[in-house]
Amino acid sequence: MKKNIQLLMGNEAIGQGLIEAGCQIAAAYPGTPSTEILQAVIDRRETAVEPLHIEWSVNEKIAFEVALAGSYTGKRSAAVMKQVGLNVAADPFMRTAYLGVKGGLVTIVADDPGPHSSQNEQDTRLFCMQARVPVLDPASPAQAKEMIETAFELSEKYEVMTVLRPTTRICHSRQNVELGEPIKLERTADFEKDPTRWAATPAFLPALHRKLNANLEQIAQEENLQPLFSKGDGSYRRQALVASGIVYGNLADLLEELGLSGKIDLYQVLMPYPLNPQFADQLKEDYDRVLVLEETYPVIELLLGHSGAVGKQSGAVPKEGELTPDVIHQVLADFLGLQQPEEAPAERRGQRPSLCPGCPHRAAFYSIKQSFPDGIFPSDIGCYTLGMNLGAVNTVHCMGACISQGAGFYQAYHQDGQDGDFPTVVVTIGDSTFFHAGIPALVNAVIQKSRIIVVILDNATTAMTGGQPVPHLGIAADGSPTKVVEIEPLVKASGVDFLEVCDPYDKEGFDSLLKRADDYIRQPDGGVAVIISRHGCIMDRSVRSGQESFQVDIDESCIGCKKCVVAFECPALSMDNETNKAVIDQDRCIGCGTCIPVCPVNSIVKEAK
Amino acid sequence: MKQQIIVSGIGGQGVLFLTRVIAQVAVDKGIPVLTAETHGMAQRGGTVLSTIKVGDFASPLIRAGQADIGLLLWEANLPVHQGLMKDQGTLLINAEQDGEGERIDASGIARGLGNAVLSNLVLLGLAIKQQTLFFNAEECEQAIRTLAPAKFVEQNLEAFRKGLHS
Repeated sequence: MKKNIQLLMGNEAIGQGLIEAGCQIAAAYPGTPSTEILQAVIDRRETAVEPLHIEWSVNEKIAFEVALAGSYTGKRSAAVMKQVGLNVAADPFMRTAYLGVKGGLVTIVADDPGPHSSQNEQDTRLFCMQARVPVLDPASPAQAKEMIETAFELSEKYEVMTVLRPTTRICHSRQNVELGEPIKLERTADFEKDPTRWAATPAFLPALHRKLNANLEQIAQEENLQPLFSKGDGSYRRQALVASGIVYGNLADLLEELGLSGKIDLYQVLMPYPLNPQFADQLKEDYDRVLVLEETYPVIELLLGHSGAVGKQSGAVPKEGELTPDVIHQVLADFLGLQQPEEAPAERRGQRPSLCPGCPHRAAFYSIKQSFPDGIFPSDIGCYTLGMNLGAVNTVHCMGACISQGAGFYQAYHQDGQDGDFPTVVVTIGDSTFFHAGIPALVNAVIQKSRIIVVILDNATTAMTGGQPVPHLGIAADGSPTKVVEIEPLVKASGVDFLEVCDPYDKEGFDSLLKRADDYIRQPDGGVAVIISRHGCIMDRSVRSGQESFQVDIDESCIGCKKCVVAFECPALSMDNETNKAVIDQDRCIGCGTCIPVCPVNSIVKEAK
Repeated sequence: MKQQIIVSGIGGQGVLFLTRVIAQVAVDKGIPVLTAETHGMAQRGGTVLSTIKVGDFASPLIRAGQADIGLLLWEANLPVHQGLMKDQGTLLINAEQDGEGERIDASGIARGLGNAVLSNLVLLGLAIKQQTLFFNAEECEQAIRTLAPAKFVEQNLEAFRKGLHS
């Protein structure tokens, strides 16, 4: 039979792997670089040969718990998230290590060395070591797909959860990948009640912990998960290279380019934890010097405990950032005494990202910044983090943190203020982030009598990750209709008495609402004021086609004050250095006209198209 | 055959589509290929870079000074990504002004077709005209047909041919 080989992104390969392995419950919360994994499952759901439940869960903890129960019934299940999502799911994740699973449970956690699109570069392999969970580290999209089946088999053989840890360069790489046929497992849900396990009280935990540790010892010996060895020709005696993940691929290409392939002993670690102690012993015996290359923390290096090992722990390898081929070249040159690479030209940053032309968030941020020049602006994770460019985002921490941080700012300032005076705190949080982790924070802010303005930036989508559905749309992951969970009643039920909704394109209306909200929080019986800033994401074609579009131009009267370019920061606006006037890039302008009120001399004009 | 290619631009210019077309041709020809792409926040109008390695490679990332071909959709990225190019590498640049490398006003041509985003395929057409890439026009058109949404196929091919016959 002819092989079916397709060009697949790493995330698509992993999604395809889930379908082929007979996964029946797949749950995720979107987050770069993991998002396209569940999307790939959604796109391929028709090829599944058995029932398949797919969901965009409200957050990662929930995704994990849904998949966990699926596994309790004997079915193969998967939870998918980015590395910081695992922090959100940490509580059930840690306990699952002790209690174990029934049907295969694979948690796919995408790390982001660099980081490219995350708030840190934490290493899920180290997280797994602390949780005592086996973790696989693929070096290519094709290997990531193969490892899905391996991870399920391992999970079922020992009744333990396993983790696949791809990194950005696996997730967002494309490669020729061979497709297989989905397997038919013919399992029906069968939850075997066992309170000593599924509801284990402390009395049962030492035994479960003991069992886990015994399992880990055996898993470390699993034949098909031992490091892969490429023997050198003896040119570099008693020296070896050890690498895992994409770093292995970078190293292999570099060795080839430098003519060093097959010259030095080379190991690819497939399962960094639990690492076979015999492998560590063998390295101690066979080599005086070992270079360990891994992202992003020194997990293998720590577990090897080799006195001649150099790596991130020893300081021979940079402790931060990606191990790009150029970084590895320098490290390898130092380790093997090769000719030093030419000094790389200083890295230059390209153009910074900014909110899209016509983005409703820009209009909201501009109003907020103009209304409260001295305000404090906690914000959150999403496209709207880019409100930084407008000076309207002062803090960005983790999902949902902005509301609690806003409340904390209020408490700290309020206790110092004369007659209880305090700066206006305007929190901005996206709709998806609000559902993810904002609701408990809002309840808390209310009961702690905080006086802050919370602006929920409702663009009716999870925009940053490419537009996954949000609970108030009433659309499930597979596109089918589901119950609509609206924001307004949730806000009201949280005890908020001031709730208004406004389209930020209506600058006058939005400005006056901000003013009213500020008056409200300062009233004797004031509290948290919530404004829902509602306008669809401009990346959504139906939003674009559903709103009026004008021919927007800048006339001769422009005085070159740069306010529209600097303070409003629309990518379609720039300064013409020759004329010292602002100009509009008509390729990028979408004709929304939200820049018009920004000009102090009314030089931005619009006409019907 | 081995070839290392970079595609550089800003978010929204179709760098990802151009990357996929090139990689798809490799798959169609049965040649191993690896790409690395920029996703996430940078796609919001920031500088984005794709690297493509065709042939027997293990990683998609390109070391400084190793790229054979650079396709630049955004001229201002030249100083940012030029360091990846070989000294003898070929640069193809979407630009109105004269300067380094082979240049074409791909955005202007694409605008003439009604959509500036088509500049990606105009530039690809020029690359094929210059016989710099590992495939020919026919193979390229096949990949465009495979990847473009049905209603945009003809428009995409038209843009590609504008570059090819420029």
